[in-house]
Amino acid sequence: MEHDQLKSILESLLFASEEPVTLARFADVLEGAERKEIAAVLADMQAEYDAGGRGFRLSEVAGGFQLRTARENADWVKKLYRDRPARMGRATLETLAIIAYKQPMTRAEIEAIRGVDVDGVVATLLDRRLIRIVARKDVPGRPFLYGTTPEFLQLFNLKDLSQLPTLKEMEEMTLPEPPEDEAPPANNEPVDSEENSDKINTQE
Amino acid sequence: MNKFQLEIFEGPLDLLLHLIKKNEVSITDIPIAVITEQYLAMLELMEGLDLDVAGEFLVMAATLVHIKSRMLLPPDESDAGDEEEGGDPRDELMRRLLEYQRFKEAAGELERRDILRRDVFARSPEPPEKAETIGFESVSLFDLISALRAVIERLPKDSAHRVVLDTVSVREKMSLLLQDLHRRGQVVFQELFAAAVSRLEVIVTFLAMLELVKIRAVKISQEEAAGPIVIAPAAPLEEVQEKIAGVMIEDENNGA
Repeated sequence: MEHDQLKSILESLLFASEEPVTLARFADVLEGAERKEIAAVLADMQAEYDAGGRGFRLSEVAGGFQLRTARENADWVKKLYRDRPARMGRATLETLAIIAYKQPMTRAEIEAIRGVDVDGVVATLLDRRLIRIVARKDVPGRPFLYGTTPEFLQLFNLKDLSQLPTLKEMEEMTLPEPPEDEAPPANNEPVDSEENSDKINTQE
Repeated sequence: MNKFQLEIFEGPLDLLLHLIKKNEVSITDIPIAVITEQYLAMLELMEGLDLDVAGEFLVMAATLVHIKSRMLLPPDESDAGDEEEGGDPRDELMRRLLEYQRFKEAAGELERRDILRRDVFARSPEPPEKAETIGFESVSLFDLISALRAVIERLPKDSAHRVVLDTVSVREKMSLLLQDLHRRGQVVFQELFAAAVSRLEVIVTFLAMLELVKIRAVKISQEEAAGPIVIAPAAPLEEVQEKIAGVMIEDENNGA
């Protein structure tokens, strides 16, 4: 398929879709087009929109691609909706941050960090589908374990969990015992390192 | 007076961080006597307001007092069987504060991202969801209570015995405040209480203000960390007055 035609079709698909579209889905719809080809055209589009003069951007969120309005135009779009933005209280954000970085977590584990009851907040987050129950922990009482959802990634404009900003080290930490396990978040796909391999060959 | 059920956003750790920051001291070297004293004073005030002070705050109060007493003991006379033998009694608290602070910062990072339906918009099958949670985005409850404390301290001392005949309910005060705010545009926190002569009046005004925040009739903001707290209307007057009529204030309905 020709580059321009492919671009035109992709643009239509993105425009018409209400959800982020994955590469696999594009390939499905565009029978015959190779994923590599599609990815290249999407990258072109991304660069074109970023270059300015456009009211939308092509964002990579929750494993797919989605057209989103330009941030600098947020106030105008809000006016169109005549609605106040959905705000998130501190307790909600803090709880969400804890779950996002340390998932899966039980309620008791979250409470231990926040030092306060989180029942209400967890219920709200479940209700807004920003977190979900991923399993039960194998301890007495078999409490639920919570993790984040694709909706969470969409809300915060994240491609995947590896895009979360790195947690600040506990700089002032001087205690002998090591901090709690800081396993990388789940779904953390290893990055293809082939591109860097040419730098290693210089040590002959 | 109405039993006021405020959603307490922050817990004892947040209150401690607030006090540590306010006193410009380090988490790794907390002046435990000073901080304990201020912590207890804040609790007392919150209880005085009939805010629903959660049990966790009391547990932390006990922990602080315990640490304080252990700090007073000479190190060589500490119980031999003590598991933290020789260690600084503040270590565990410090560890918890540092960890909590990390996630507080992480929450801040999340908040600064391009949030869907706040900063960026995508096509969606339905109009954006209605705002749900209350936003003390830039002002913490503790900042508000600190400010309130300053107001109460400035009241004339002899006012305690004055009988106030025309007591105003929280609901009535909400209407009055709102009209005042709409007339003046925005008001600095302390000015809200300029006319108040009794502690009760101050507290009713404060609760009315919190209720107005809760129904999103007003917004509270603070430009800089220790700067003035500003209250401004956040919705058209008529719209809000309907809401006020419908507000559920606990005791009025279920008297529990």
